[in-house]
Amino acid sequence: MSGRLIALAILAISSTAVDARDFTDAGGRVVDVPDVIAVALPAGPPAAVLLYTLAPDKLAGWVNEPSGAAAAFLTPQSVALPTYGRLTGSGGDANMEVVLQAKPDIIIDVGTVNPTYIDLANRVQEQTGIPYILIDGSFEKSGETYRLLGELLGEEARAEVLATYADDTLAQLATTLAAVPADQRPSIYYGRGDEGLETGLSGSINVEILEAAGATNVAAAAGKGGLTDVSLEQILAWNPDIIIAARGSFAEAAKTNPDWSSIAAVKSGAVYVAPSLPFGWIDSPPSANRLIGVRWLQELFYPDAVDIDLAADTKAFYSLFYDVDLTEAQVGKLVGGALPTAH
Amino acid sequence: MAAALVVAIVLSMIIGKYPLTAGELADAWLGWAWGHDQLDPTIATVVWNVRFPRVVAAILIGASLAAAGAVFQALFRNPLVAPDILGVSAGSSLGAVLGIFLSLPVIAIQLTSFAGGLIAVLAVYAVGMAIRNRDPVLTLVLAGVAIGALAGAGISLIKILADPYDQLPAITYWLLGSLTSVTRGDALGILPAIVIGLAPLIAFRWQVNLMSLGDEEAKALGVETRWLRPLLIAGATLVTAASVSIAGVIGWIGLVIPHIARMLVGPDFRRLLPASMLLGASFLLCVDILARTVARIEVPLGILTAAIGAPFFLWLLAGGRRGWQ
Repeated sequence: MSGRLIALAILAISSTAVDARDFTDAGGRVVDVPDVIAVALPAGPPAAVLLYTLAPDKLAGWVNEPSGAAAAFLTPQSVALPTYGRLTGSGGDANMEVVLQAKPDIIIDVGTVNPTYIDLANRVQEQTGIPYILIDGSFEKSGETYRLLGELLGEEARAEVLATYADDTLAQLATTLAAVPADQRPSIYYGRGDEGLETGLSGSINVEILEAAGATNVAAAAGKGGLTDVSLEQILAWNPDIIIAARGSFAEAAKTNPDWSSIAAVKSGAVYVAPSLPFGWIDSPPSANRLIGVRWLQELFYPDAVDIDLAADTKAFYSLFYDVDLTEAQVGKLVGGALPTAH
Repeated sequence: MAAALVVAIVLSMIIGKYPLTAGELADAWLGWAWGHDQLDPTIATVVWNVRFPRVVAAILIGASLAAAGAVFQALFRNPLVAPDILGVSAGSSLGAVLGIFLSLPVIAIQLTSFAGGLIAVLAVYAVGMAIRNRDPVLTLVLAGVAIGALAGAGISLIKILADPYDQLPAITYWLLGSLTSVTRGDALGILPAIVIGLAPLIAFRWQVNLMSLGDEEAKALGVETRWLRPLLIAGATLVTAASVSIAGVIGWIGLVIPHIARMLVGPDFRRLLPASMLLGASFLLCVDILARTVARIEVPLGILTAAIGAPFFLWLLAGGRRGWQ
């Protein structure tokens, strides 16, 4: 009898322990979240990367299915996770019933926070009854983002490790920039697509870390905004010191097409390919992968001013964030074309 | 046809990605009458917050687009006319895309979309009024093409300026049409506009018959085309803009469904209009079932209606437009 009473008492205590708590998200929304979160569903690609790096066991699935090439840089159990699509209201292609079937304890969206996204979060939350949390995804808040998510998911210890890495990365970047006068920083052009004629304007989240790393994004001269198409004529006029290609095919074309040959970057052989597996180091999507991206950019931009062993750093980052141990060959494949060949 | 609609409604409530047993479904339906207390909350959410609003919206939108298409085809005496002939879809799209670009709340995006559709048609009508001494119908259609192209240029401009991670997918997906995120509030919100818009089409369906004979004949038979034409255009525009404002652009229904209805019940508008509305609602319900079941993610409705509607239309053309004459 008393045993049953104790069991009941324990049950009562534990049931209060799993009671909801309030969580204030980046949109200022106060959301009731369960105390214990076992399954978290990402609403967009940056959230998927953040969740994967912080709590792979709690990741419900992917937003975009990882490509075959990316799978080599992810844990096998994460590659096997289902793909749900984007879940941002009318802008998403996720099927609500499939989402409900996954029984997530929470939906997490990382990225821009504005009235549209606040409202969409409220609607999805109202429609599905699943708490929906918005988190600011800007680069300089990387550490803060991890701590916030860690607290939410009950992964404080791991979050602290990743947040410290993020803080150290930003601190190291600040030291580097303090040592490099403004006139020794390069002007760069970031080309996306096979033609390389798509780039990010000033303030675009796609080129956020190029500017954070102290480079002058030549396309900033064209104004503020997101991605834009530009003409070769325009790039010739900008005459960047360095070209960074999001795809190898464009880097190859820039190096061999005579039309590009008069650009300073092409003349000096400074055309590089941004590493992109399993996630792009600059964007695609703009998330935690930028923390290794910004180390690479420092090595690329200021080889004499910084003391970075990119191969070692890459291995450490992939081990810490993606839980994969890279072979030398994999590191070589990853950063091949991302640095001057003399290195 | 009413039976087809009932079957489509029942199928829509039964079929979905969330597996429900017949018992659970029955509980969810009966639980509605008794209150939600005994229900599994997830099942209640699936049935009442996800599926039910979609079904209601699909009926309203399918019926509206088909009715608008039928009335436009009669007024313009042209079987190639669809509800977006006067630029309403393009204007609504521009309004919505602008709302997404400005990061407005969802209700404001729906309002900018609705307003955009009305403004586009008003602009077309103003141009039509300004240009006299030409065939008025032809002038309206050409003005619709031009205003639609202008709105399309605006959409393209905003797509280029939009944030590729946050806004561009939202815009692209919105332009293809979807009922994924429709809530009960959305369905209720467009109901007044649809009722007001459909009212003149239903009330004057006998006059529409006469107007499809041509302006002169209609006037000779005592139909006041001078005010009836703008009234009918306004009604069709209202329902189309309301549909687009919550579901995005869903093409082909307004073009193809009236043709099918005409094949089934003949060209008499008094029977053609209700037949079109019933068929349109049933068709969109069936397409939406496909949209949420064929793949793990949602397939946009615009893709499916075009994939089904366009081949059917070609087959219809090859068949020599039997229904039209």
